[in-house]
Amino acid sequence: MIQLQEITKVYPMGKRELKVLSGISLHIKQGELVAIMGPSGSGKSTMLNLIGCLDKPTGGDYYLEGREVSRLSSGELAMVRGRKIGFVFQTFNLLPRLSALANVELGMRYAGGGDGKRAMEALTKVGLADRAKHRPTELSGGEQQRVAIARALVKNPPLILADEPTGNLDSHSGEEIISILTSLHAEQGITLLMITHDANIAHHCQRIIHLKDGQLEAEEKV
Amino acid sequence: MKKWFEPFATAWVGVVTHKLRSFLTILGIVIGVAAVIALMSIGRGAQTEILSRIESMGSDLITISPGASTFGGVRGATGGVRTLTQEDAAAISEQVAHIDMVSPIYSTSLQVVVGGENMNSQVTGVPPGYPDIQDLEIAYGAFFSDSEYQRGTKVVVLGSNVKETLFGDTDPIGQQIRMGTNIVRVIGVLESKDGFMGSSPDDAILIPLTAMQQMVAQPRTSQGDRIVSSIVLTVSDEEQTENVVDEIASLLRDRHRLGPNVDDDFRIISIQEISETISEATGTMTLLLGAIAAISLLVGGIGVMNIMLVSVLERTREIGIRKALGAREHDIWIQFLMEAAFLTFAGGIIGVIVGWVVSYFVSSTGIITTIVSPDIVILAVSVSVGIGLFFGFYPAWNASRLNPIEALRFE
Repeated sequence: MIQLQEITKVYPMGKRELKVLSGISLHIKQGELVAIMGPSGSGKSTMLNLIGCLDKPTGGDYYLEGREVSRLSSGELAMVRGRKIGFVFQTFNLLPRLSALANVELGMRYAGGGDGKRAMEALTKVGLADRAKHRPTELSGGEQQRVAIARALVKNPPLILADEPTGNLDSHSGEEIISILTSLHAEQGITLLMITHDANIAHHCQRIIHLKDGQLEAEEKV
Repeated sequence: MKKWFEPFATAWVGVVTHKLRSFLTILGIVIGVAAVIALMSIGRGAQTEILSRIESMGSDLITISPGASTFGGVRGATGGVRTLTQEDAAAISEQVAHIDMVSPIYSTSLQVVVGGENMNSQVTGVPPGYPDIQDLEIAYGAFFSDSEYQRGTKVVVLGSNVKETLFGDTDPIGQQIRMGTNIVRVIGVLESKDGFMGSSPDDAILIPLTAMQQMVAQPRTSQGDRIVSSIVLTVSDEEQTENVVDEIASLLRDRHRLGPNVDDDFRIISIQEISETISEATGTMTLLLGAIAAISLLVGGIGVMNIMLVSVLERTREIGIRKALGAREHDIWIQFLMEAAFLTFAGGIIGVIVGWVVSYFVSSTGIITTIVSPDIVILAVSVSVGIGLFFGFYPAWNASRLNPIEALRFE
């Protein structure tokens, strides 16, 4: 599903260069549930952004479902994001002026489109059918994140990337989110990569990848 | 099927979710378009009014008046010599095609006395067909007949101002007027009518040319031809006006024995030509008004760009989210461009309504009748949409180029 070979990422910082990822090789099979851990600045988010086709690596190769995507144009990358990848962010990133349902519909907007029925089904799956007309500001943090999950899965992507999905939530809502994500993985066989600081959450996953200073430090199977 | 509709829907949502900002954005466009509509409608109204006034004099009318003569290279003042003769008029009538009636006119200033009232007035000797040529109506009484003309009967028809001055409210028909050393009888009064360029028929006293010739000594040229003040005629086929003018010119040059390098000693003016000239001039004026109003439309367009740039900045995160969801650069670009075009289109429509209301109120004051023409409405609306596209282009391009990761981090 995901194959990273000697991926490097360097950001120019004025005259100096900041090396965020220095040669990461990684293989993730279809249907895996993987947690990524590491101290801040270790390159977790950068790696997730590269896997999510939001950014291109400076060096190395990235195969997504067997296709080399690291050298695609920005338009082609957008197509890949639209069809293959669902994002769940720490800060939810819902559009504040749209209803929950409209936010979920937005998830299909750039993925070939779809009808309101599918969006409603996705909301039902995360248990928010009755809050469809509410705006994000009228929802709790946990509910907002559930809307974001519905938005990510409404287009049936093979891959979902979550960047600290519980980072802004209390432990109760956090557990709820994790149980939704893990059950999605269990029921639909979605490949799921999740950055987390929480070891308990990480232990819900099948594999834990530890990053440090832009390199793979350790890997453990759960 | 639904796909083409999506950008419109997105733009609509973008507009209605920021109502106040949308309103402020389009205010400039509204004022600009309203100004264009109102000013152009006033311009068009004025143009139509002036033209209809000119054409009420008879659009088929041609007036020939004496021009300057050239003596040894020195050009005299226009009208300074008397070059047109009654014989010229007869020749035109016989030799030029596509004309109806040719009417020589001789006018001179005479003292007119009725009872105690005493005034100097321009008395004009004309043939019986004159009212038809000048589109004059008789208010009451009658114009003189052919036979009265043949006999040189001393009868006059008064312009409405002259009647007012000499007779006040009393009925002038059948009354006698002393004119110089002659006594004439009033047989009719003209309907009041707008004049053009200082000569109003309201101030005229019309008398048969034959009678005039008995009363005053009509000057003659060295060849013995009887000099007239001007010649008026009507064209039977208005399409032919230009040809008729040319033919008369060459005939008169022939008769006046003007060499090839000598200027005309007469002037031929057709109402058609005048109305074309004035139509051009007022058209230019209308355009000028429109251009001034268009400047405010341009300023409105810059306002749109301003607000759109702010809007892009404010919605950086939204752009990041959309890009993360798979929006390509042109999706974002089209979204913002659509929003700008949508706003200015709405502004254009509201502006047309406001402009229409303004021009309606201007009309209702009675100063000028305004005309809102559909071509201006279509032009104004499409120009405002064009402004939206033009000034929305740069902000939309900016938005589409945002890096999705940075846009998502933007606070």
